[in-house]
Amino acid sequence: MAGYLFRRILQAALILLGVSFITFVLLYVLPADPVRQIAGRSATQQTVENIRQQLGLDQPLLVQYGRYLAGLVQGDLGRSYLQRTEVSTLIASRLPASLLLMAGGILCELLIGLTLGVIAALYRGRPLDQGLMVTSFVAVSAPQFVVGLLLLYVFAVQLGWFPIGGYGTLSHLVLPAVTLGIMGSGWYSRMMRSSMIEVLRQDYIRTARAKGLTRGRILFRHALPNAILPIIAMIGIDIGIFMGGIVVVESVFGWPGIGQLAWQAIQRVDIPIIMGVTMVSAGFIVLGNLLADIVTPFIDPRIKMR
Amino acid sequence: MVDTAHVPAQAPIAAASVLHRLMRRKLALFGLAIIAVVVGGAIFAPWIVRYAPNEQLFEGLTLQGAPMPPGGEFLMGTDLLGRDLFSRMLYGARTSLIIGVVANGAALTIGTLVGITAGFMRGWVGAILMRFTDLMMAFPALLLAICLAAIFQPSLWIVAMVIALVNWVQTARVVYTETTSLAEREFIAAERTLGASNTRILLRHILPHLVPTLIVWGTLGISVTVLLEATLSFLGVGVQPPTPSWGNIIFENQTYFQAAPWLVFIPGAAILLLALAFNLVGDALRDVLDPTQRGRD
Amino acid sequence: MKKLLCSSALMLAFALPVAAQEYTPDPNATPGGMITITYKDDVATLDPAIGYDWQNWSMIKSLFDGLMDYVPGTTELRPGLAESYEVSEDGTVFTFTLRQGVTFHNGREMTAEDVKYSLDRVTLPETQSPGAGFFASIQGFDEISSGEADTLSGVEVVDPQTIRITLSRPDATFLHVMALNFASVVPQEAVEEAGADFGKSPVGTGAFKLADWVIGQRLVFEKNEDYWREGVPYLDGINFEVGQEPVVALLRLQQGEVDVPGDGIPPAKFQEVMNDPDQAARVVEGGQLHTGYITLNVNIEPFDQLAVREAVNMAINKDRIIQVINGRAVPANQPLPPSMPGYTEGFDGFAYDPEGAKGKLAEAGLEDGFTTQLYVMNTDPNPRIAQAIQQDLRAIGVDVEIRSLAQANVIEAGGAGEAPMIWSGGMAWIADFPDPSNFYGPILGCAGTGDGGWNWSKFCDESIDAMATEADSFTDPSAPERLELWSEVYQRVMAEAPWVPVFNEQRYTMKSERMGGDDALYVDPVSIPVNYDYVYVTE
Repeated sequence: MAGYLFRRILQAALILLGVSFITFVLLYVLPADPVRQIAGRSATQQTVENIRQQLGLDQPLLVQYGRYLAGLVQGDLGRSYLQRTEVSTLIASRLPASLLLMAGGILCELLIGLTLGVIAALYRGRPLDQGLMVTSFVAVSAPQFVVGLLLLYVFAVQLGWFPIGGYGTLSHLVLPAVTLGIMGSGWYSRMMRSSMIEVLRQDYIRTARAKGLTRGRILFRHALPNAILPIIAMIGIDIGIFMGGIVVVESVFGWPGIGQLAWQAIQRVDIPIIMGVTMVSAGFIVLGNLLADIVTPFIDPRIKMR
Repeated sequence: MVDTAHVPAQAPIAAASVLHRLMRRKLALFGLAIIAVVVGGAIFAPWIVRYAPNEQLFEGLTLQGAPMPPGGEFLMGTDLLGRDLFSRMLYGARTSLIIGVVANGAALTIGTLVGITAGFMRGWVGAILMRFTDLMMAFPALLLAICLAAIFQPSLWIVAMVIALVNWVQTARVVYTETTSLAEREFIAAERTLGASNTRILLRHILPHLVPTLIVWGTLGISVTVLLEATLSFLGVGVQPPTPSWGNIIFENQTYFQAAPWLVFIPGAAILLLALAFNLVGDALRDVLDPTQRGRD
Repeated sequence: MKKLLCSSALMLAFALPVAAQEYTPDPNATPGGMITITYKDDVATLDPAIGYDWQNWSMIKSLFDGLMDYVPGTTELRPGLAESYEVSEDGTVFTFTLRQGVTFHNGREMTAEDVKYSLDRVTLPETQSPGAGFFASIQGFDEISSGEADTLSGVEVVDPQTIRITLSRPDATFLHVMALNFASVVPQEAVEEAGADFGKSPVGTGAFKLADWVIGQRLVFEKNEDYWREGVPYLDGINFEVGQEPVVALLRLQQGEVDVPGDGIPPAKFQEVMNDPDQAARVVEGGQLHTGYITLNVNIEPFDQLAVREAVNMAINKDRIIQVINGRAVPANQPLPPSMPGYTEGFDGFAYDPEGAKGKLAEAGLEDGFTTQLYVMNTDPNPRIAQAIQQDLRAIGVDVEIRSLAQANVIEAGGAGEAPMIWSGGMAWIADFPDPSNFYGPILGCAGTGDGGWNWSKFCDESIDAMATEADSFTDPSAPERLELWSEVYQRVMAEAPWVPVFNEQRYTMKSERMGGDDALYVDPVSIPVNYDYVYVTE
């Protein structure tokens, strides 16, 4: 076990290293010159050269990368070109909001997805099942920004049940979390349905029925726990998918998270921020996958640890 | 994406029986119908529409310069520059379909090449390729796509390539798993002892077995690429104006979504239906082509 | 629409008496109250040496002061931290007498040493200030810029209340430069303590001080009780809420939660608001020192031919483009905006004449038209405007391919001279200070044509450059002869037509019912969106 863990962690670190290098090179080759943006439009050629030297942007690629890496391992993500604030400060101040949003998203997709999946499994073959399955397809196919705008329009603007974007209270969280979680709920409802059907076919369920246990008891104490297990491992993967989704959702709802930060930074080619957010996102993705990999063998002993 | 489409190795199924089984599923039929409508609309657009998609019409705006709602002269209304939305929607279908097919095709090709090579060659070549695949999986896909599209001057083809670069990973993994299990089979060993070259084995024995998987992934993948293209266009880094794409129609008109909701929800519904159609068809294909999954219904 | 003063008769070449305070305080002003302003983007920085976007510009103005200032709501200069000043005969030596008893937010009294420190700081390469170039006329600028010196030799502390600045050449814009944020006075100990984070914890002499900043969410300003100007500010404090979409901000304004939406009235709500007399009454319209224009690269064919450039000028239907932005602009026919001193009244420019445009093209031997590219920034409404321009040019046979890119990419293409046409939207020139020279140097002068320069049309006419330099060697920025000269400069530029001036955007500021103060304060040309120091609430 320890060997397995160690190897996975090493792999994760190498992957992050690879991500940092590829991103760095991509941003290095871009046609836009960040120094001109920083220097502003009234700068003299001398000022531009000064700034370029100060930021070390006149050094060759590998030297710049080396310096970035050196800072990275110490937790220094550099300073934003346009704001001059430390990237780690900017990210740290916005990360909690994004984490909250992701947690809300996960909660929504599980609540909606698992519930619908169980219901579909129980009414298997009947119209309700068919209807729910089609709904799950629709959920998976809906573009997140349209869903977001739709929810905003109907529930916030027209009905006024929720605030129109923004951050602060629980009611601010509802619409964005639902938007983020809808796609996943489609997947989870179908997985839960399959898993549930599989479990209900098992012998021990038949035994429980034969013993005279009530349906409710069978459902909650025997079927559900076993059906959920394979799904739990998937949650880690979701984190990766969410990292992309938050850019859109935070933009539509004005949620002050790292998605918004990344989007603004890309517009202005504020390279340190783009690097920082990419690294943090990749870090979360790798972490999520790692957790999924660690948890899975425990859940399903049939899967060997390779 | 979850729900790995594991199709066990078996003799390639006759196309006719596949089609037959597909037709018996209502949802798949529904999906095919939508696809047919969209493709038809895209191909026959020039003959169907009354106005050119990029023509900014004087009568397309109210006196105060606001867009016109659906009905009357304009079937789906007009946009903020006075252009006919119906026309832009049909021509936008072309964009979505072209990018969907091209990007997905490219992703499929890259993924298959990587997966087959890794699965067949094994050893350190395989290991490196699969680690590289893991690396690409660690990138936040949308962020990477936005970065690339914003960095390089976006055009239809650049957008397609960007999407392909971000999406090939899933295919690679699945193909790799398939190939490794196939390559271990006895009949492959038998072929080798008979003196068959690697290429021959690849082409005549492995590739045909991968076809069902590729078909399923190809279909499901178009749904993903349609959504991704729409999102990139929505963020302003998609196809260049004035070329219409369902996503960039929403992008240009989103601030008006209260005053002119049709400009957001008509293209939004279209994106949803197209992605849904490919999902339904892809899912049905998977059921049809993978017997082990059939019992689950 | 309020007409802003185009010239000031008050600037004299010699000592300015203290008694000439031109601004009469509003008799209705009541002190007290907090207001809420919203913005979409987070504030980048509040460091006066660095902050250079329209969002933080007025915020910095309220936190800091410089030697010179403007009469609120106008483009007239008035003394700031300098009580009075004297100018030498040849216009190269300025001696400022500082006010007594001005304190920083940290309690320490301001002296001439602080002024010197601030000017050194902004010109030192380590600060990486985008505004360093404005001080190029001060003696010693070249040495400090290249790293040879670490202080400006032209800035001399005579005594704690007096500072003398020597210029290397007469510069009519110098007093305006002293009123720029970049010339704000900062306390050395606070800067050194905060280091590179001074932008997040600013300390100045301004009417407000920074009380709180939660990154990504809000900033809070509170009144500086010891502010050296009597009676102001009226407000107890300001809440800036960031991360608010303009549409959301406006809805909240309508519900009474927000006082002024900092990003203005979003296009989608504009009609709705203006059609409601109640709401329309609370909207103040004003000019901005802004021009939206298309640059034509004179180095790329066929724009090297004057007739072609004239044709493009005549082909653009400016009224229709203004319609694209809800009618919130006035058509422009010259580079300068109407409220800028030096604007040529009654200038004809190029009228909308597609037939005439085709004729010009024929003159240049291009009756069959040609193909070219138009670069534009990819945020709304600029791609739409670009498409309107595209349609106009198609009508005269010119095929335009649009390149809608991120702002940095467009700037790069422009600087490198790769872009045949650029629509300036989103990057358009807004004057740093209300002086006609500000619209020339970097964007129309020969100095800006180098690689990476902001003269995207690469237009360079030595004789016009010479005229511009002559216009700037006056001592008095508002001398009528000087303004005449500038007017002529721009008329000659238009004769060469390297640009197509399209429109001057109007500014519309909407305020809540309880906001008081003269309308001019809400469309203050220098403090955008509002002049925080002078507005008040009526409740």
